[in-house]
Amino acid sequence: MKRLVAGAAALAVAGLGMARWAAARARVPAAAKDPLESSRWMGVTVNRPPDEVAPAGHLPEPLARVDAEVRMNRAPGDRGTEIYARPREHRAGADGVLARLRGEDPRTEIRTALRETKSLLETGDVLRSDEEIATTRPTLPGKVLDMALGRASEGGRL
Amino acid sequence: MKALCWQGVNELSVEQVPDPAILNAQDAIVKVTASTTCGSDLHLLGGYIPAMRAGDVIGHEFIGEIVDVGPEVSRHRPGDRVVVCSIIGCGRCWACRHDEWSLCENSNPNPGVTDLMWGGTTAGIFGYSHAMGGFRGSHAEYIRVPFVDYNAFTVPEGVSDLDALFASDAAPTGWMGAELGGVRPGDVVAVWGCGAVGQMAARAAMLLGAERVVAIDRYPERLAMTARHVGCEVIDYTSTDVTAELRERTGGRGPDVCVEAVGMEADSTGIQRVYDGVKQQLRLEQDRPIAVREAIHACRKGGSVFVLGVFAGFVDKFPLGALMNKGLTLRGAQQHGQRYIPKLLDRIAKGDLKTSYLATHTMTLDEGPKGYDMFKHKKDGCVRAVFRPWA
Ligand SMILES: NC(=O)c1ccc[n+]([C@@H]2O[C@H](COP(=O)([O-])OP(=O)(O)OC[C@H]3O[C@@H](n4cnc5c(N)ncnc54)[C@H](O)[C@@H]3O)[C@@H](O)[C@H]2O)c1
Ligand SMILES: [Zn+2]
Ligand SMILES: [Zn+2]
Repeated sequence: MKRLVAGAAALAVAGLGMARWAAARARVPAAAKDPLESSRWMGVTVNRPPDEVAPAGHLPEPLARVDAEVRMNRAPGDRGTEIYARPREHRAGADGVLARLRGEDPRTEIRTALRETKSLLETGDVLRSDEEIATTRPTLPGKVLDMALGRASEGGRL
Repeated sequence: MKALCWQGVNELSVEQVPDPAILNAQDAIVKVTASTTCGSDLHLLGGYIPAMRAGDVIGHEFIGEIVDVGPEVSRHRPGDRVVVCSIIGCGRCWACRHDEWSLCENSNPNPGVTDLMWGGTTAGIFGYSHAMGGFRGSHAEYIRVPFVDYNAFTVPEGVSDLDALFASDAAPTGWMGAELGGVRPGDVVAVWGCGAVGQMAARAAMLLGAERVVAIDRYPERLAMTARHVGCEVIDYTSTDVTAELRERTGGRGPDVCVEAVGMEADSTGIQRVYDGVKQQLRLEQDRPIAVREAIHACRKGGSVFVLGVFAGFVDKFPLGALMNKGLTLRGAQQHGQRYIPKLLDRIAKGDLKTSYLATHTMTLDEGPKGYDMFKHKKDGCVRAVFRPWA
C-alpha cells in the first residue's frame, strides 16, 4: 500500500511537471495577444516545386476538402513551395473564442489539412502514432497530461 | 509481447502489452535482439521530460531483425539484420534532405507539444514521451519502425550485435558533437561526461584529427575506461578545478572545441549543485546546466561549444556575457544519426571505432528494472546495461 501511494505521488509529480513545463513557456514575454490572430494566414513550406504541389491548378486533396482561402508561391532558395491557407470567414472576438471552446475552430481543421498536405506531398503518407495501440493505463496524472497535451496532434507552428 | 514500461517517476516494470502493428505502408516490424539504456532515459525516469503516461514502453537505442514490412518498403526485407536510428526521419522533408534528421518535419504525430515549448516541431523519437510522437520504445520483443527505408541500416557481416548496437545512438551522437562542434586537425578538444556519449565524442574528436583530447568525469572506473579504450587524457572534476587544469594543459588558451555530454542532471562538487538542485526540485528551473556553464567558461576565445546533453526547458545563470564577449559559437542538437550511421558501421567494421566495450552489463528484458537501477546509480561500474529480449 505504501508503495502504491508513493507511486501515485510520483505520477502526480509527473503530471504536474507537464503543467509546469507548459506554464514556464507562458512566462516567455513574447506571448502578447496577437490582434490579427483569427485572420492570419497559416503557412507550410513543402519540399516540392509549385507545379508538383498543384498540378494544373488542382489543390492537394486534404486542402480541397476544407473550406479555406488558399494561396501558394515558390519558396525562397531551394525550399520548394509555400502554401498558405485561412478560414474564408473569420469569427472575431467572443464568438471565435466560444467556437474554439466547442472544438469548432476552423483554423484547427485547416492547420491539420496543411500539415497532411505537406506530409503527403513529401512522403506519400501521414505518419500515425503507436498511441493508436495503447500500452498505457488510465491514471489521474494521465488525465492531467491529456489536458496539458491538449490537441497536440493538431497543433504546431503554422 | 513483453516490454519494459515506465510506470511513474523512478518506477519501471516488465509487462505484457499488445504486439505492435504496421500502421503505415512504409513501416516495418523489427524483432529486437539488443536494446541499451541511455542517459536520456534517466531524464524520463526522473520525471524531467514530463510527457509520459503510465505504461509507456521505453528504450530507443537498438538493433534487431526485420520480420515484417509494409507494402511500400523497398530497401529492406524480412531477415535483414539492422541497426535503427533512435531518431525517426522521413527522409524527404527539407531538414532530412539537408541531413538534419532530428529536425524532421513529418515524423512527429504530436507536433503541438514541442512547437509550443520551443517554437518549432522536432522529429519523432522511439520511446521518448508523447511530446516526441508517442512512439513505443525498444525495450520490448518487437517494435514498429516507421519510414524504415530511411531509419534502418543493414549491419555488415562481421560486425557483432554489441558493436552495431551503439551505432544507433551513442556513437552518432558523439560523432555529431565533434563534427558539428567544428573539430579540425590540430585542435584541443575537451569533453564533459565519460558516459557512452562522451566517450564516443572523445573518440570522434581524435579520429577527426584533434591533437589533444581531454575527457572529464567523476567516476574513477569511467575515467579509466576512457583512458584505456578511447586513448585520451582525463580529468576527475572532484579532485581538481577543471577550468584551471584545462588552462594549464593548453598554454593558457583553453580548448578550441568543448563538447558537453552530461545533460540536465549535471552534478558538481560546489554550491552550484545545491543552487540548481533546489531550483530544479521546486520547478523554478527545469534543467541543471552546470557542465554547459563550465564549458563556456573554459572554452578558448573564439572557440565553439556543442551541447549534446539533453535539456528540456529553461536554465538559470546562463553565462551569456562570456559567450558574447569571448566570441563563442554555441550549438546543440538531438542527433542526426542517419547522416553518420553508414560511415560509423564502416569504421566499426575496420576496427577504427570500438563500441562493444561500453556494454558493461548484458541481461534479459525481465531484468530491466534492475538494469536501470544499476545504470542510474552507476553501480558495479555500469556504463550501459544491454537487454537481450530473446537471449
Ligand atoms: N543529443 C542527442 O541526440 C543525445 C543522444 C544520446 C544521449 N544524449 C544525452 O547525452 C547525455 C549523456 O548520455 P550518456 O548515456 O553518456 O549518460 P550517462 O549518465 O551514462 O553519463 C553522463 C556522465 O556525465 C557525468 N557528469 C555529471 N556531471 C558532470 C559534470 N559537472 N562534469 C563532467 N561530467 C559530469 C556523470 O558522472 C556521467 O558519467 C545525456 O544528457 C543524454 O540525454 C543526447
Ligand atoms: Zn539516447
Ligand atoms: Zn523528414
